Amino acid sequence: MKRVLKYVWKDYKFSCIVVVLCIVLAAFTNLKGLTFIEVLIDDYIKPMVGSENPDFGGLFLALAQLAGYFAVGVLCTYLYNRIMVNVTQGTMRNLRKALFSKMESLPIRYFDTHAHGDIMSVYTNDVDTLRQLISQSMPQTINCAVTIVSVFYGMITNNILLTGLSLVMVGIMLFTTKRLSKKSGYYFRAQQKDLGQVNGYIEEMMEGQKVVKVFCHEEKSLEEFRKINEQLRDSADNANKFANIMMPINGNISNISYVLCAVLGAVLAVNGYMGLTLGALISFLTLNRNFSQPITQISQQINSIVMAQAGARRVFELMDAEPEPDEGYVELVNAEREADGEIKEVAERTGFWAWKHPHKAEGTVTYTPLTGDVVFDDVDFGYDEKKQVLYNIKMFATPGQKIAFVGSTGAGKTTITNLINRFYDIQDGKIRYDGININKIKKADLRRSLGIVLQDTHLFTGTVMENIRYGRLEATDEECIDAAKLANADSFITRLPDGYQTLLTGDGSNLSQGQRQLLAIARAAVADPPVLILDEATSSIDTRTEKLVQEGMDRLMQGRTTFVIAHRLSTIRNADCIMVMEQGRIIEKGNHEELIAEKGKYYQLYTGKFAS
Amino acid sequence: MIRTILKQVKQYKKPSLLTPLFATLEVIMEVLIPYVIAAIVDKGIDGGNMQAVYRYGAIMLVMAMFSLLFGILAGKYAAAASAGFACNLRDSMYENIQRFSFSNIDKFSTAGLVTRMTTDVTNIQNAYQMVIRIAVRAPLMLICSMFMCFFIHVRMSLIFVVAIIFLGIVLISIVLTAMKIFDVVFKKYDDLNASVQENVTAIRVVKSYVREDYEKSKFTSAAENLYKLFSKAESVVVLNNPVMMITIYGCVLALSWFGSKYIVAGSMTTGELTSMFSYIMGILMSLMMLSMIFVMLTLSTASAKRIVEVLTEEPDLQNGENPIMEVADGSIDFNAVSFSYKQSSENETLKDIELHIKSGETIGIIGGTGCGKSSLVSLISRLYDVTGGSVCVGGRDVREYDMEVLRDNVAVVLQKNVLFSGTILENLRWGKEDATEEECREACMQACADEFIRQLPDGYNTYIEQGGTNVSGGQKQRLCIARALLKKPKILILDDSTSAVDTATDAKIRSAFAKSIPGTTKLIIAQRISSVQEADRILVLEDGRIDGFGTHEELLASNEIYKDIYETQVKGGGDFDEAAGGEG
Repeated sequence: MKRVLKYVWKDYKFSCIVVVLCIVLAAFTNLKGLTFIEVLIDDYIKPMVGSENPDFGGLFLALAQLAGYFAVGVLCTYLYNRIMVNVTQGTMRNLRKALFSKMESLPIRYFDTHAHGDIMSVYTNDVDTLRQLISQSMPQTINCAVTIVSVFYGMITNNILLTGLSLVMVGIMLFTTKRLSKKSGYYFRAQQKDLGQVNGYIEEMMEGQKVVKVFCHEEKSLEEFRKINEQLRDSADNANKFANIMMPINGNISNISYVLCAVLGAVLAVNGYMGLTLGALISFLTLNRNFSQPITQISQQINSIVMAQAGARRVFELMDAEPEPDEGYVELVNAEREADGEIKEVAERTGFWAWKHPHKAEGTVTYTPLTGDVVFDDVDFGYDEKKQVLYNIKMFATPGQKIAFVGSTGAGKTTITNLINRFYDIQDGKIRYDGININKIKKADLRRSLGIVLQDTHLFTGTVMENIRYGRLEATDEECIDAAKLANADSFITRLPDGYQTLLTGDGSNLSQGQRQLLAIARAAVADPPVLILDEATSSIDTRTEKLVQEGMDRLMQGRTTFVIAHRLSTIRNADCIMVMEQGRIIEKGNHEELIAEKGKYYQLYTGKFAS
Repeated sequence: MIRTILKQVKQYKKPSLLTPLFATLEVIMEVLIPYVIAAIVDKGIDGGNMQAVYRYGAIMLVMAMFSLLFGILAGKYAAAASAGFACNLRDSMYENIQRFSFSNIDKFSTAGLVTRMTTDVTNIQNAYQMVIRIAVRAPLMLICSMFMCFFIHVRMSLIFVVAIIFLGIVLISIVLTAMKIFDVVFKKYDDLNASVQENVTAIRVVKSYVREDYEKSKFTSAAENLYKLFSKAESVVVLNNPVMMITIYGCVLALSWFGSKYIVAGSMTTGELTSMFSYIMGILMSLMMLSMIFVMLTLSTASAKRIVEVLTEEPDLQNGENPIMEVADGSIDFNAVSFSYKQSSENETLKDIELHIKSGETIGIIGGTGCGKSSLVSLISRLYDVTGGSVCVGGRDVREYDMEVLRDNVAVVLQKNVLFSGTILENLRWGKEDATEEECREACMQACADEFIRQLPDGYNTYIEQGGTNVSGGQKQRLCIARALLKKPKILILDDSTSAVDTATDAKIRSAFAKSIPGTTKLIIAQRISSVQEADRILVLEDGRIDGFGTHEELLASNEIYKDIYETQVKGGGDFDEAAGGEG
């Protein structure tokens, strides 16, 4: 909670001060209006009653003065409300921006270990609870506090004894509020939990609704649903019940307080004790009403404060997550080869890249040309400490070579590709890229030198052209179209209603799986990286599109070092080296002919027969 | 629309009616209390009459007690009514969804249904509670307060009439202006969320291409836009408060001025003036509440619309009259069948399908994506109805059967199959509720799943996570096949159900079928030619038509498409799918 306040304070110091000032002023003028009745009755009405020639001039002046106060009050109210809009919305914007930029810096591990729905809900539900807190609960609490203090001051200067009585009643009110909000808080939490359960159940069942139908499981699924639905009804009923009755209870305690004060006040006034005048008593009674009102209001805020607390916790959890570390210092730069064979760094794009390797100790810089030579030296890896996934991986790929990985799901094929671009860091061993340990290379530069086509293609909202250009932002339209042609995507794109300007939405849901894959290949082609990582699609696309995809991929692979998670014979056959993986180990390696001759696991997989 | 929703109140009618009743009583008490206050001031304090102070004090205490009682009861019943109403809404939606046919299901997305049953229902629940508690209370409060004012002093009350008209007009115009902007705001808000979602799911692409800064700048401009629009909308809304205060203060000033005159002239008492002051608050608060209700109802109409869509969706498959309760055998006949997903669409998914399959045959089905393979088999268990011609199972039209009987006899392993959270045994028993462990094991052996299940730490009691995320694709498919086998169906349909299973295991499953369920008609859809090669007959579909139907050898000799697929797969660039390794 404190951090939320700090967050608001950080960017809006001046606004906050003005807001608090305005709230105080507004509350003060409000109080003026309330106490005016006393002045009105005692100073103006009473003397005039019965007089022959009542003079309303004085009253008029007093009212004019009061109107002045009111004007200030209205102005202040408008001002602080208006400023709060900017403060609230601005804080929301800053929070969202900070969250997003934090999210972009998080390692892949974070996304793999957190449900996507949970991350999303931070942006929507949790930030929203904070909006409520900042825009409503905070100013209202300040307002109520100021009102309470100023009304209390008015009361105490009016009559101490009556003030004491009011305080006792307020004490009772606070006590019941505390008891009730504890109960309703308990049920609100239960409701949230039950709602989550209902949500999860619906999600699972709707996802599998076709299976439910095929198995005629409707009755059972309904029965199960009714159980948790009833639970939710019960907790929602209780949560709302306690929240609902808070208001009448507080309101009527304040009524009782009023009666008690009236009776006691009357006794005092009639007998002339403590100099209590009739007007003063009446205005005290008005003050009394206004004393309990803000307390009732604050008690109404309690639930939203509790909810905001939970929201804030999740927001700051994401905010505090460890970003992806990057201690690399080797950079990728555009270069030129001089006449004498020396490599020189240049500013413009030359198509020739070099690694800029500064040596701190000697204070010199060396340049190594980017070629795409990748070596794995005894690499061990596990997603968490306890469970090792890869064991002693040893392999090398010289520039332009094609390396294929085959093996069952969970054998560790995808994991290897995750290590080359440092989505995950290895536990033991070394990976060298053009002879440089990849830990020394800046992550951004390392990834820029690698092209990746994933099995599940992700596209972004925007035109087809923009999606292809994602590979290299400064690529011209011609370059994008050339890349599309290379990837075999041009023919289907030109057949789309708006060609390259067709708008894609919802992860390219208006395209088929195969078409999306072709776009992903084009995207990688535009980036033109020396090293490629390909995850071939499985059988979800039909044979004809598959042929197109395959041709596109083959063309893209030409002249590049390629790591491919292979499913197709053609890819495997012409691979320079095939790694057969099983349970995190490379169990066989060699080219197709060698492995067939070996009659091992590969032979068995390939022929579908068990070697005798 | 509102009537459809209100029908769901059902057994909660009583609390729904009691709430406004008690709210009314509470309001009457609340309105009367200032009147008693006036009496305390005028008859008691003013005249120094302690007797009157005690009497009216006591009356007020009693009224406060009643008000408290009514308030509590109203709050309690309101909670019960709205929570119950929401519960009924969810229940009815869920129940109707269970009656949906496949084509109904296709209309709604999972995420859409989840929001409808949670967020939308919660919106309606809150709106309903507000309406039964306040919608009666606010206007009533307004009327009673007005009445009391007129009762006290008719001419002074005219001040309120002016104030109410002023406030009413201003509030409504504020709300209307703001709503227009908010409409745009919510759309932008959706866009912003979509962009976050895109980044969460595609984070690997973003990171691979080092586009973090690019995405950040995209998001920043979207957030900036949203900020501007939201501020604009809210700055209209915040006018509410000052306008409200101007009205109240205006009333206070006018009351003071005229009140003084009347009191001096003797046509009004000081006590009456004080109670007039408290009625102002009552009147203006209720106006404020009315404008809030207005906003809330407008916002919830969108939710109501979405709920009604689900409630009124008519399942388009119904059981015929006197349905047949038994399926004679596993023969399948397609008589001049045509089919399209949308009734009006000219694009027919299947055209002139004439197909006769004998009981116990094994049929392979092959063809490109979108050629109608899945559509064809889904007609057999009547997941959809044909648009023309007829489909017969066991010699009778599928529309004559009781749907449950038909689906128990025609088991389909869907392409997009799902396991549910629960143990493996629980998942298997979807096929047969009272299956013994022995039966389950037998089915798993036929589906080549027994071996890997035994290797799991908890064996058949291993807990499957939602969506089956803790088993591999191939394992999931085998479990789904076993689940279908437990039904002991007369017809078994595998819709591309072994795509993630390696070739060797795939072959083992097929040979197990041939041995253990020879009498069952088996339809196997596959992309891999090796999966259908040994079938009795193979159906080649192309563009919704039958292109060839015969044995492997016949087709290889006569069918161009089949030959083409065969060559690409076996000779040129065959398929080397998710190989077996540890899981086989």
